[in-house]
Amino acid sequence: MFGKLSLSAIPYHEPIIMGTLLMVCLGGAALLGFVTYQRKWGYLWTEWFTTVDHKRIGIMYGILAMLMLLRGFADAIMMRAQQAVASADAAGYLPPHHYDQIFTAHGVIMIFFVAMPFVVGLMNLVVPLQIGARDVAYPFLNSLSYWLTASGVVLVMLSMFVGDFAATGWLAYPPLSELKFSPTVGVDYYIWALQLSGLGTTLSGINFIVTILRMRTPGMKLMQMPVFTWTALVTNILIVAAFPVLTVALALLAADRYLDMHFFTNELGGNAMLYINLIWIWGHPEVYILILPCFGVFSEVVATFSGKPLFGYKSMVYATAGIGVASFVVWLHHFFTMGSGADVNAFFGISTMIISIPTGVKLFNWLFTMYRGRIKFTLPMLWTVAFMVTFTIGGMTGVLLAVPGADFVLHNSLFLIAHFHNVIIGGVLFGLFAAINYWFPKAFGFKLEERWGKASFWCWVVGFYLAFMPLYVLGLMGMTRRMNHYANPAWQPYLIVAAVGAVFIALGIGFMLLQFAVSIRNRAENRDLTGDPWGGRTLEWATSSPAPFYNFAVLPKVDELDQFWADKEHRRAYPSHAHYADIHMPRNTGVGLIMAAFGTVLGFAMVWHIWWLAIGGLLGMIGSFMVRAFDTDVDYCVPGAEVEKIERARLVPLNKLIENVGPASAGEKVA
Amino acid sequence: MSTAITANHGVLPHGGAHEHEHHDDGSKTLLGFWIYLMSDCLIFSGLFATFAVLGHATAGGPSGKELFDLKFVFGETMLLLISSFTFGLAMLNMHAGKRGKVIAWLFVTFLFGAGFVGMEVYEFHHLIVFEHAGPSRSAFLSAYFGLVGTHGLHVTSGLIWLVTMMVMVGKFGLTDAVQRRLSCLSLFWHFLDLVWICVFSFVYLFGVL
Repeated sequence: MFGKLSLSAIPYHEPIIMGTLLMVCLGGAALLGFVTYQRKWGYLWTEWFTTVDHKRIGIMYGILAMLMLLRGFADAIMMRAQQAVASADAAGYLPPHHYDQIFTAHGVIMIFFVAMPFVVGLMNLVVPLQIGARDVAYPFLNSLSYWLTASGVVLVMLSMFVGDFAATGWLAYPPLSELKFSPTVGVDYYIWALQLSGLGTTLSGINFIVTILRMRTPGMKLMQMPVFTWTALVTNILIVAAFPVLTVALALLAADRYLDMHFFTNELGGNAMLYINLIWIWGHPEVYILILPCFGVFSEVVATFSGKPLFGYKSMVYATAGIGVASFVVWLHHFFTMGSGADVNAFFGISTMIISIPTGVKLFNWLFTMYRGRIKFTLPMLWTVAFMVTFTIGGMTGVLLAVPGADFVLHNSLFLIAHFHNVIIGGVLFGLFAAINYWFPKAFGFKLEERWGKASFWCWVVGFYLAFMPLYVLGLMGMTRRMNHYANPAWQPYLIVAAVGAVFIALGIGFMLLQFAVSIRNRAENRDLTGDPWGGRTLEWATSSPAPFYNFAVLPKVDELDQFWADKEHRRAYPSHAHYADIHMPRNTGVGLIMAAFGTVLGFAMVWHIWWLAIGGLLGMIGSFMVRAFDTDVDYCVPGAEVEKIERARLVPLNKLIENVGPASAGEKVA
Repeated sequence: MSTAITANHGVLPHGGAHEHEHHDDGSKTLLGFWIYLMSDCLIFSGLFATFAVLGHATAGGPSGKELFDLKFVFGETMLLLISSFTFGLAMLNMHAGKRGKVIAWLFVTFLFGAGFVGMEVYEFHHLIVFEHAGPSRSAFLSAYFGLVGTHGLHVTSGLIWLVTMMVMVGKFGLTDAVQRRLSCLSLFWHFLDLVWICVFSFVYLFGVL
């Protein structure tokens, strides 16, 4: 009846997990109680859970990612604590099987459920506004994508309390991940969580490619798109080209585990290296899927806060596209030690080093944009500068690892761990923090305050260097990754420093949450009445903050790069129109959420081999999609008069304001 | 009834002077569907690559030469190819606005498609039960069942979609939304034909060489 599931699947005997479960239950009960007490369920359902508005979906992605950052970081600090003490005779406090699950969960969560939702959420929030569109191409699919990502999150979180999670490392290499060596449900949770969220990501990729290619405002040519939108376009092309390969690799692993097939087993002709090739054909583009939009963020931030057009727009676009193409021909550098021979390794080593050239082009473009600019060191700019320094170090160690000979020594050592945290924290995460501070007023209508933001910034930067620079040294000293215990006491001082770094990062996260809380409390002081709090250059700043649900009452006409900046210069940025046309908008729908809920049931049932429930989940998904397909009432019309009322309420006082304080960056002066 | 939608030209679903940027005007859906097909194509590429790597890993078990019956597979192939042709006839009738004939040809397409899936199920059953050459026998057979089975699952979902579209054409008539969906299904169905031709060539023809 319940497959492999029984009450013994709950790990009663693990005090750490039970403590966490208690906290989650108490916190969850408090949250649910609070929402019920405030009578907000109806509001949440109609305005948020069923929304197809790209801005709200973007915000929900952000909240999901922020929550998962806390979980992923909890894993991180547990590992740091374990390694700081588990030297020589001391065993530390985490048993190996638990420790293995923690490093696996940490990697999976940070990549799939923190970085990816953050990046996709950011594209949701910003891309349609930057190209002057009213929504994405397929608003319903967008909602479905979000909820599928949430399904993945639910499964991963559930695995902590019901059963266990994979103990294989974040890419679940076979033969270790095969049934023979991982007989528990951990790897199955891994497979289905990633299949569900991966489907969502692929759909997002298709959605955004069509949005960017087909829904740009009249007149906007490709080479007039803001750089962030360019990076989003390339990223989504990478998503559509790479994620299907992940789907195949995981499906074949599932076939091995469920149907006794032999794709990657040790017996009957299976080939584990095939999996490792497939997973990295997805995996390497994946890191560029994460970093390219962040490069876009830095480009927007640097231009805005230097008060200059971005230096080398075209070279930025070509560099982005070049990195996108090259990202598909470097995957083998993740396993030079496979032994493909000198020629193959040389090819992949050189192609890897070549990627640093367009990346270098970008770095110089940002520097030249800052050169002789009037730089304002706001929070987004601080994160950008920290990125430029940190990422350069990470890039250089990457080129070092790209030398096959060096890689044979450093493969799977802490040097590698230091390198990729160097580029993912120093690149992706710093970029996302810059983006949060930069676009927060556009999403919510008020700016984030700076004091706690700066405290968070310094703790993060100092914490990062303390936590990861020692790992470079440890790597060179011969310490490998994923060690639950080590015999060499010479390593311990470095690991203690790294643990102190993790504490600094914890402070950084704490201050960031404090920054949000204080900003929300003092939102009246930091309100952005103009829609353009920073003196921005691109279209998202032309509409109000937060943007109305239709984004633009009249679609802006574009005939140059940085159109909004030019409009402000010529004092035509906020035109009042005599007539506002009706606007068609998609209706909210709960089908995305319901489909994803059935998807979660399907995934859970597959994990525990509850076949009838799995069939039910699948039929539920198909059925709810059918209901949607037969629904012809999917959009509605906003009357021009209503649009006019909303627009007048903003534009009349705004234009008065601009008359009083003068030129282009009125918004900024007022704010 | 407004103009027909083809792969290259979309029309706005509602007339009038309003701004309709928001509305899906058909061309956007078709572009998106093309991109989806490309991603699906990559799924098949992954499976073909897997088959290329594992195709000779028979682990002492039977090889394609011993297992495949080309005549049978040729019959399967013909069913699928004819179903593509009948789908084309359905589309021609759609453009001509003949609702009854669209449903009729979709039904004929369904029969051929179902015949294909039926033959494939028979073939799999035969291999597993009589030849003792199931997917767990060797990496080669895993790769074979994985690739051919994935194609078969695609055709099966195409069959479900076909039934849905017959109901839709009956219920809504040839509205823009229905035409748009028929165009997508048409692309999907022809795409599966193309994939099958690759399966036939690389798995079966090379397999018996």
